[in-house]
Amino acid sequence: MKAVITVIGHDQIGIVAKVSQKLATLKVNITDISQTLMHGDFTMMLMGEWRESEVDFETIKRGLTELGSETGLDIHIQRQELFDAIQKL
Amino acid sequence: METKQILETIQMVSEEKLDIRTITMGISLFDCIDSDGKKARQKIYDKLTSSAKDLVKVANQIESEYGIPIVNKRLSVTPISMIGAACHDDNYVAYAQTMEKAAQTLGVDLIGGFSALVQKGYQTGDKKLIASIPEALNETKRVCGSVNVGSTRAGINMDAVKQMGQVVKQLAAIDPVSCMSLVVFANAVEDNPFMAGAFHGVGEADKVINVGISGPGVVKRALEKVRGESIDIVSETIKKTAFKVTRMGQFVGNVAAERLNVPFGIVDLSLAPTPSQGDSVAEILEEIGLQSVGAPGTTAALALLNDAVKKGGVMACEHVGGLSGAFIPVSEDSGMIKAVEHSNLNIEKLEAMTAVCSVGLDMIAVPGDTSAETISGMIADEAAIGVINNKTTAVRVIPATGKKVGEKIDFGGLFGYAPVMPVNLNSPAKMINRGGRIPAPIHSFKN
Repeated sequence: MKAVITVIGHDQIGIVAKVSQKLATLKVNITDISQTLMHGDFTMMLMGEWRESEVDFETIKRGLTELGSETGLDIHIQRQELFDAIQKL
Repeated sequence: METKQILETIQMVSEEKLDIRTITMGISLFDCIDSDGKKARQKIYDKLTSSAKDLVKVANQIESEYGIPIVNKRLSVTPISMIGAACHDDNYVAYAQTMEKAAQTLGVDLIGGFSALVQKGYQTGDKKLIASIPEALNETKRVCGSVNVGSTRAGINMDAVKQMGQVVKQLAAIDPVSCMSLVVFANAVEDNPFMAGAFHGVGEADKVINVGISGPGVVKRALEKVRGESIDIVSETIKKTAFKVTRMGQFVGNVAAERLNVPFGIVDLSLAPTPSQGDSVAEILEEIGLQSVGAPGTTAALALLNDAVKKGGVMACEHVGGLSGAFIPVSEDSGMIKAVEHSNLNIEKLEAMTAVCSVGLDMIAVPGDTSAETISGMIADEAAIGVINNKTTAVRVIPATGKKVGEKIDFGGLFGYAPVMPVNLNSPAKMINRGGRIPAPIHSFKN
């Protein structure tokens, strides 16, 4: 399954490390990564991929939500098909 | 990875209040008909609770996985006047209670279909159902009712128009808030996912999933970026935005239908406002360039908006249906409330607006002493607009018992409030009391 993970918040040391570490623990492979500033906030987007037989969506979502509250970052995960449906003909 | 597009999509949901307003499962009750009312109701309860047992669960899953809020999960059923007609019960309040119980068990927000279609005349079940409306809607919280009193093919049933004025008054006498759950239609549609007017039409499949989209905030935000540009650009911008919003509706509907193993019916391309700031159709009209909604030019701006939403949405989904257009309910739109409170918008202007958008005089509070005949007159006017223009129109007015113009009626919580609006005090009683039927318009004879 593929999903887009967005991380938004104040820039701080080790954001990329913390998020990628967590994703590795959750057995999510990062296939693409990009970062930018949006309205002055650090904004990182990752494309994650994992085997549904190994880990389910809700477990990953829970893991990322926990990381979000520990670090004060806003972390969202959404399945990738949605973006294609809205933005592509 | 298209980062700009991903960010835009996320922003549409988080900042511009884009959501799926409703996933509505339509369920036919024809196979529940029984001459024994008690048996019929048991069959209805069993069919509803088995057919829709996973509706809320699946909607919550989709919400979580795709990050799109799905605000309402609803059911619509075959008009109860048809289902109850075979039984010998004196009234149909017990049917409404069965609907309520099923909705409660399933955890759905609302259930529509306590309805009758009487555009040309009454059958036995219609008479009993309409007489049961005040008690049924006051004794239930989630049941919604509707009565279709006119159609372009049949004309307007003025006996029904007269009776519905009285029913609205009876309902308000018990509790004005319950008037929210009753709509009087002309040209009612069979696949409407929105309440209070949803019912499962007789030409529909046994079960179907219909989706209603939202998104006034997204359209407003897009228009903020083209301030001062020509009207052509405004129309083009609305079309592009409506396309994206509708794609989301199509996508969510497909996923829901697949997971529930029920055919996907239609996407209703409606801009449905809520009382929260930034989720208002009135604010879109003001963004187009009106000092306040209600100003001269309002009808033209709304016509442009309504048409552009349809043009953008039609290509984005497989089947369009329901009401599909902009909704202008006063109490559910913070911009409309503001305009009414500042005397910038009156009922006559709202009536004109209903000629060019979906539905009609919606969620409008009128003084408590407004007569039944005056309400019937309002229903007749709206029905005439619908019947002559071959479109759906509706009336959902709330006589605010004990209140006068300038006071407010509170609907509680998310439903917001409505300022009581002045109504023309000249009586239409003699016309309403004539009864009979306004014949179908000449342009309905197309065969």
